[in-house]
Amino acid sequence: MSKNVNTGEYFITGDVACAEGALAAGCGFFGGYPITPATEVAEHIAARLPDLGGVYIQLEDEIAAIASVLGASWAGVKSMTATSGPGFSLMMENIGLGICTETPCVIVNIQRAGPSTGLPTLGAQGDMMQARWGSHGHYEIIALSPSSPQEIFYQTIEAFNLSEKYRLPVLIMSDEAIGHISERVIIPKARDIKLISRIKPKGKKNYFKPYQPEGHLGIPPMADIGEGYNLHITGLTHDHKGYPDMTPEGQEEMVNRLIKKIKDNRDDIIRTEDYRMDDAEIVIVSYGVSARSSLAAVDIARAQGIKAGLFRLITVWPFSELRIKELAKKIRGFVTVELNLGQIHLEVERAAGGNAPAFLVGHHGGTVISPETIVEALKNNF
Amino acid sequence: MKNSSLSNKHPLDELIRTDRIPHIWCPGCGVGTVFSSFLIALRESGIDLKNTVVVSGIGCSGRAAGYVKLDSFHTTHGRAIPFATGIKLANPDLNVIVFSGDGDLFAIGGNHFIHAARRNVDLTVICVNNFTYGMTGGQAAATTPSMAKTTTTPKGNSESPFNLPHLAYASGATYVARWTMLHARDLTEAIKEAILKRGFSFIEALAPCPTGYGRRNKEQPLQTLKIYQEKAIIKNGANPAEADIDFNKGIILGKFIDIKKPTWLDTYNSIYRPQDNSDIIDAA
Repeated sequence: MSKNVNTGEYFITGDVACAEGALAAGCGFFGGYPITPATEVAEHIAARLPDLGGVYIQLEDEIAAIASVLGASWAGVKSMTATSGPGFSLMMENIGLGICTETPCVIVNIQRAGPSTGLPTLGAQGDMMQARWGSHGHYEIIALSPSSPQEIFYQTIEAFNLSEKYRLPVLIMSDEAIGHISERVIIPKARDIKLISRIKPKGKKNYFKPYQPEGHLGIPPMADIGEGYNLHITGLTHDHKGYPDMTPEGQEEMVNRLIKKIKDNRDDIIRTEDYRMDDAEIVIVSYGVSARSSLAAVDIARAQGIKAGLFRLITVWPFSELRIKELAKKIRGFVTVELNLGQIHLEVERAAGGNAPAFLVGHHGGTVISPETIVEALKNNF
Repeated sequence: MKNSSLSNKHPLDELIRTDRIPHIWCPGCGVGTVFSSFLIALRESGIDLKNTVVVSGIGCSGRAAGYVKLDSFHTTHGRAIPFATGIKLANPDLNVIVFSGDGDLFAIGGNHFIHAARRNVDLTVICVNNFTYGMTGGQAAATTPSMAKTTTTPKGNSESPFNLPHLAYASGATYVARWTMLHARDLTEAIKEAILKRGFSFIEALAPCPTGYGRRNKEQPLQTLKIYQEKAIIKNGANPAEADIDFNKGIILGKFIDIKKPTWLDTYNSIYRPQDNSDIIDAA
């Protein structure tokens, strides 16, 4: 049995399940900084990782945490950090460095209510647009949102796989409720866990171009430090050799490539789940803890004769734009349920393109949304 | 004129990305000389260059990572040290060297510097100190001498500068030295020692920035070098507390600190896995 996969059945929190998922995925470096409600991820890793040959280090702040994670990844080790809103804000510049230098790593955000220090112990889903656009410049991102401890276990593995496959920081946008709820989590056997690692370069080392896209996915193979490739890696706009290219043409080429590798592979990246969607006339769009309330709301609504269904976003970014577009042509309308005042809601409205009305059930954060509130909204709006 | 002994090759070409030359450094700038000392030290140290990585932040000195023909990283402003920390802890077999400027390492990155020194992460940090933000055109830095004129202190700097060796020592560095780029051989020797030193080692290299700093303070490039020559007080083993930079009383140069302490990883391994010194999990 692999020591890193804790095969068995447990009653654990989402934060601990996240940590176990990371270890099962082969995470070997964790750069941490304590913050409620994400601290338990770091605590669990700090206890488990040394025995597995990895390193947990607590840095001086979240900026150092993410910087160390990027460095560790280039040293050839799967790396991650976990934080919440204030720390996530501090990480933004280096998330951009990770995007620009195509560095695989995983960043977990157990969201709490903001802005600023906000409600440290109480949940929200208010960082969804920050996840999408928080670092400067134009880029694509992958963000997942788990709805249970069991799911955050699998999503953490999936996040590592996606980050290694597409070479970028992958975000897990969870929330305090999922981070702190204790539920049954089944950790499978190591052989039943599929892991993906970065593609390594082949051919002559002198001619290696670290940003030359390859393969059907268009992802450049990644050499690690110390393998003899004399890599130069910079956050400046760069050419395929990795050398700075300060021209509008170079900028266009690089940014397009960073965007295309995600956009062109959306079908492979995006995961969603339908619940009672076959004949649904009103579609609830939700994710994370809010999707659990939404699931209950669908059943209550159905029992009252309302043809509701749930379209759950497991991958929030890239956004399921095409599916919303298709749905908009044949349903009565959308209700987006989220713990903010309308972030994904605006995406749904945009993608619906006026073909179906879109409503929001959301609030400022601090508590979860009850199924009854959602059912009420279904009745009031339709 | 033909002369078979002349070569187009520079003796350090093997360590330079010659396809990136000309470099960005201005005429009279001191970064290039420090960079040369660094490259000579790298070669003379005898370390395995394949397993050596150079990490820079942002700024004129931060461009060094772009010119050295080794694995090299040009990261974000101030964050070279934590980036380098991640590299070192993930693969302890690597020699990890940070080459950056005073603004990068001690203003925006100051917190990372003191913590990496406190932890005694096995890194070599080379700081080119030109007393200013050169890349952005000569603004006041955390190292700008009191009363010096910069674009953001037009009547003189009202603040006091850091004493970098003192800061490094107080934070826990195991090797601390200061030279100027004029003292190129001493500087090379010091960098070599720092590279071979196990533990957090720090070199401050004073270097002129005639474009950004010198011309506002009535210093021609050669005058700065003359000041380096005339005001230098070489005092190995000097108390870092006395090493504040004051050109009126003289600039203390030398090796100030060279002590032994377990590194971060030594201590981590001895506490957390005393039986087992297995390598870190490899992603590949």
